[in-house]
Amino acid sequence: MDQLNNYLFIAAALFSIGLFGVMTRRNGIAVLMGVELILNAANINFVAFSHFGGMNLDGHIFALIVIVLAAAEAAVALAIVINIYNNLNTINVDEASRMKE
Amino acid sequence: MTEVLFWFMALFTVASALMVVLNNQLLYSAIALLFTLFGIAGLYIYLWADFIAGVQLLVYIGGINVLIIFGIMLTNRIASVRLSQTNLQQGVGGVFAFWVFLLISLVISKTPWYQLPAVEPSGTVREVGTLLMTKYLLPFEAASILLLGALIGAAILSREAN
Repeated sequence: MDQLNNYLFIAAALFSIGLFGVMTRRNGIAVLMGVELILNAANINFVAFSHFGGMNLDGHIFALIVIVLAAAEAAVALAIVINIYNNLNTINVDEASRMKE
Repeated sequence: MTEVLFWFMALFTVASALMVVLNNQLLYSAIALLFTLFGIAGLYIYLWADFIAGVQLLVYIGGINVLIIFGIMLTNRIASVRLSQTNLQQGVGGVFAFWVFLLISLVISKTPWYQLPAVEPSGTVREVGTLLMTKYLLPFEAASILLLGALIGAAILSREAN
């Protein structure tokens, strides 16, 4: 737990799992969950580098801004998903490939 | 003891993240995401980032995850025939994601990381607040404008068309 490598490996695992989710899920909301995993992996890296760089708090600010971005992204993405559901009656991203009705 | 707890938490986080992407029931995926976010908050506490851990609990678990569960409940028909949740590229995607993981792990283990000895702070909230109001005031304000834009955009996108 006092090694930078451990945290980086956990973050790499989370990133790959999130990437897998984004690539293979059909449901729009499940894709969004994969994106959240990727963002969290980046956040772990920011905070870990901050901790092992002599407790330099700049990384914490970066992590905070990423969390704010994730919140905004989730709100807009869910609004879009609900709109797609109202129009096409499905939220599978491979079926909602038309740009207009 | 803390070492064991750390590895347990890491394993817990990664295992529930796997549940998020592999589970066929969307609602179970969302609950697994909640546990992943809890585990990540625990990792932040190991990194002495108490404020970030609190924000993670409040914003991610209390906000984003609840929003995702709302989205699932609004868009899932319970009675509908449940098709497969994954597309046909699952095998290729799995192999590709695994190779990405191997590549990143290789880079991590080959790099001689330079670690500074960390001094344990009494708390990070005061320092983070000072940084937000001095060095990072512009990104802070930009984030507020972004949140305002997202608020208005989400309201416009999801209102009833008439």
